[in-house]
Amino acid sequence: MEQLPEKKKPPYGRLFASMFVISACTFGGGFVIVSLMKKKFVEQYHWLSAEQMLDMTAIAQSSPGAIAVNAALQVGFYLGGGPAAAVAVLGTVLPPVVLLSVISLVYAAFRDSLIVATLLQGMQLGVGAVLLDVTCGLAKPLIKKRDWLAIGIMLTAFVLSWVLKINVMYIVLGTALLGVLRAVLAAKKSGGGQRE
Amino acid sequence: MIYLELLLSFLQIGLLSIGGGYAAIPLIQDQVVVRHSWLTLSEFTDLITIAEMTPGPIAINAATFVGIRVAGVPGALLATLGSILPGCCIVLVLSVLYRRYGQSRGLQTVLSTLRPATVALIAGAALTITLGALGLSQGAAAGFSWVRPVIILAAFLLLRIRKTSPILVIFASGALWLVWQWASGALTV
Repeated sequence: MEQLPEKKKPPYGRLFASMFVISACTFGGGFVIVSLMKKKFVEQYHWLSAEQMLDMTAIAQSSPGAIAVNAALQVGFYLGGGPAAAVAVLGTVLPPVVLLSVISLVYAAFRDSLIVATLLQGMQLGVGAVLLDVTCGLAKPLIKKRDWLAIGIMLTAFVLSWVLKINVMYIVLGTALLGVLRAVLAAKKSGGGQRE
Repeated sequence: MIYLELLLSFLQIGLLSIGGGYAAIPLIQDQVVVRHSWLTLSEFTDLITIAEMTPGPIAINAATFVGIRVAGVPGALLATLGSILPGCCIVLVLSVLYRRYGQSRGLQTVLSTLRPATVALIAGAALTITLGALGLSQGAAAGFSWVRPVIILAAFLLLRIRKTSPILVIFASGALWLVWQWASGALTV
């Protein structure tokens, strides 16, 4: 991870193709596309670490606009600055724009088609499995390392968001504040140590 | 001028919808149905249905759909641009900061505290979507069928153990369910 990837020519083609395919095939909210990006960019291409992908997800989640676009922009920017960011965003935006343009012309037929509805219903099953798989992949290292603080944060955030339906923004902000507190305490500790 | 109005409306939607997807729906409704009457309420409901049935972020789907109906292809492009521009600018600034200070000890502590919370949010989305797909969530139209958990379990095992491509798994699940429904007579072609 130490070697910055922008020393090489950014992989524009593969970046565009990946985002295009992922965006064209992603049904459901932003976390679905982020999960697919993690599988592609972290597990298959090794362009990013799982930690970097999570950091980018948190930033995408707490910024305005679509999570998918925000996350794509960050991956692109990390790989090759502004131009690669633009390529990634274009790849993400193009499929829904083209598809919706076509559908807006024939939308009554599309909406009422039982075959389309059934196919999409079945695809949701696959999407659920992908998300469960990504969740297992992300939670496993935390549990294996017995990082109790991380496990506690994970369980608390889960209960707050999924059980109590607290707005995700507050959870992200609250956890970030906790992190700032930890950073300040750690800095004080090491600062005090230097003076002695 | 209709182009400018579209651009400004979707800039507002893009700027104010924090938290993705469903956060944007009431904002889109306010701009598109209430303020500008570009769509009727029933057209708007159709739009949400279609946006959920098709890939891509809901805000972009809505921008394209409204833009093309109101002002053709240029309208679709302008509305889409408007909906992504505010987020892109803010995220770009954050990306620069992340690249500069991302490895600093203080920020690493903050980020490593934040990561497990992000995992929890993804886990929540996983459960919501899985329950919905199983037909177990509230208001799900279709009844329960044992085939659904079997497909999910098989898909999960393929992903976990065989590392099968997720996109392949998603389409295979869709095809399998379609064939099953057709074979069991629920689908009359």
